Amino acid sequence: MATNRIDRRAKEIVLTLQEYSLFAARALLNLVRPPIYWTDFLMQSDIIGVGSIPIVILSGFFTGGVLALQSSATLSAFGAAVVTGQFVSLTMVRELGAVLTGIMVSGRNASSMASELGSMVVTEQIDAMRALGVDPMRKLVTPRVVSSVIMLLLLTIIADFFGIVGGAFVTVFLNHQNGTQYFHMAYEHLRYPDIIQGLVKPVCFGYIIASIGCFYGMRTSGGTEGVGRSTIAAVVNSSVLIIAVDFLVTHLLLWIFPS
Amino acid sequence: MSDLATPAPPAPVPGSRSGAVVALRNLSVAFDGPPVFAGITFSVGPAETRILLGPAGVGKSVLLKLIIGLLRPLDGSVVLFGEDISQMPEQELFPLRARAGMVFQEGALFDSLSVRDNVGYQLLQEGVSDEEIDHRVREELHFVGLDETFALFPPSLSGGMKRRVAIARALIHQPELILYDSPTGGLDPVTSNTIIELIVKQRDVRKTPSLLVTHRLQDAFTLCNHRYDPEQERMVPLPEGQFNPDTTFLMLDAGHLIFDGSLHELVHSQNQFVREFLE
Repeated sequence: MATNRIDRRAKEIVLTLQEYSLFAARALLNLVRPPIYWTDFLMQSDIIGVGSIPIVILSGFFTGGVLALQSSATLSAFGAAVVTGQFVSLTMVRELGAVLTGIMVSGRNASSMASELGSMVVTEQIDAMRALGVDPMRKLVTPRVVSSVIMLLLLTIIADFFGIVGGAFVTVFLNHQNGTQYFHMAYEHLRYPDIIQGLVKPVCFGYIIASIGCFYGMRTSGGTEGVGRSTIAAVVNSSVLIIAVDFLVTHLLLWIFPS
Repeated sequence: MSDLATPAPPAPVPGSRSGAVVALRNLSVAFDGPPVFAGITFSVGPAETRILLGPAGVGKSVLLKLIIGLLRPLDGSVVLFGEDISQMPEQELFPLRARAGMVFQEGALFDSLSVRDNVGYQLLQEGVSDEEIDHRVREELHFVGLDETFALFPPSLSGGMKRRVAIARALIHQPELILYDSPTGGLDPVTSNTIIELIVKQRDVRKTPSLLVTHRLQDAFTLCNHRYDPEQERMVPLPEGQFNPDTTFLMLDAGHLIFDGSLHELVHSQNQFVREFLE
């Protein structure tokens, strides 16, 4: 009996993966053929992008600050406190800016997409949309996916900037080091491959956040309880997938651009 | 006497109507288990109103969703506007669905949109001008008697008002077929009567073919033995013993279509379940 359960569960996982792959691919392929709902694209960009700016600024600033605090303490032991700026900027731009923004936006937007679309499914609004001759994939999913990809890219740049500013704040006001030196080190050691690495990741993360949020929302069943389950699944799976994909993308980009 | 009213005519043979707007042939549906229903065959002809009766949970709403391709049958065929949609790809279904109107059980209005945008949803998607949308939305809201709700949002409407807005949304595109899914379910008798009056008005004024799902016999009989009087602008009863010849009945039970015929045949049916249902 246990093997039957394992067998059934394995089949469910494979089926879910297949459905997700088709769903995510269709969300992008819809851009090839009209109709494309540009108004919805702009509305979603406002909700996902502009709405996330405060949390991205705060998380970026304090992460940069913590990085400066921790690195300065360790680097001082080797007499290398001067490279704090380099450490903070490289870490933020190559890694933490994209991942933190991805996780923050996932918590905010993957959950809201799953719960909003899930509520529309259980109240038959999605069926009503289909009955009115409108494709919910084109109207609801594609604008969210495209907006999420573009906005996450811009939000990551904001997070990187405020992370470096946070590091500068700690360096100047708490560690009493030279601010000009900090910014000089932060800028001087950044290379194009670092920036490319930092900008490729949010594109992947934005796609993951929106496609998973919409996927779980659109397959909601079981009333309001089902909406709750979809929301949890969307946040958990998108967060885990962001970290897993971050590892793979980092590995790939380090292979393409060896340091 | 209105020409709408005639003594009980002979019942048509199920599925034999020529030029049917919808025709179902040997339809079966299952969801991860035994079939919900099997071998369902009937059709809806032009200007015809069919009332689908049956106990709760028998699959009446599922049948409506099958008709416009929101669900897929396990077996059999659904012919909508002359095209077999049972295996049709989703993308090809959208233009066909846009030719039909559906009123969902709870209205299924879009919460984030105003009544104006809900009713004019199809027109908005087609890029019709704002002036034209406003004009047509106001016209439909007037038809359902809700002129004052134009700028309101669905959460501020009562249950009955939501259903009427849903009817206005289904009618704005001048559909060639209307599907009503329990339009009076959960409403008080007065509001139910208002909804039924709208359906009678739609049937008698615009002659749109329709399929109405209900488990409320009173509503079904009201539809059958009333007509809309344009002069009085209200629904009036037909003379005793007469009923609308274009309004006929279907009954589902235990996964099968157990009745297809006129009101006269329904009330004289010898089928045990039909008799119990009527009593």
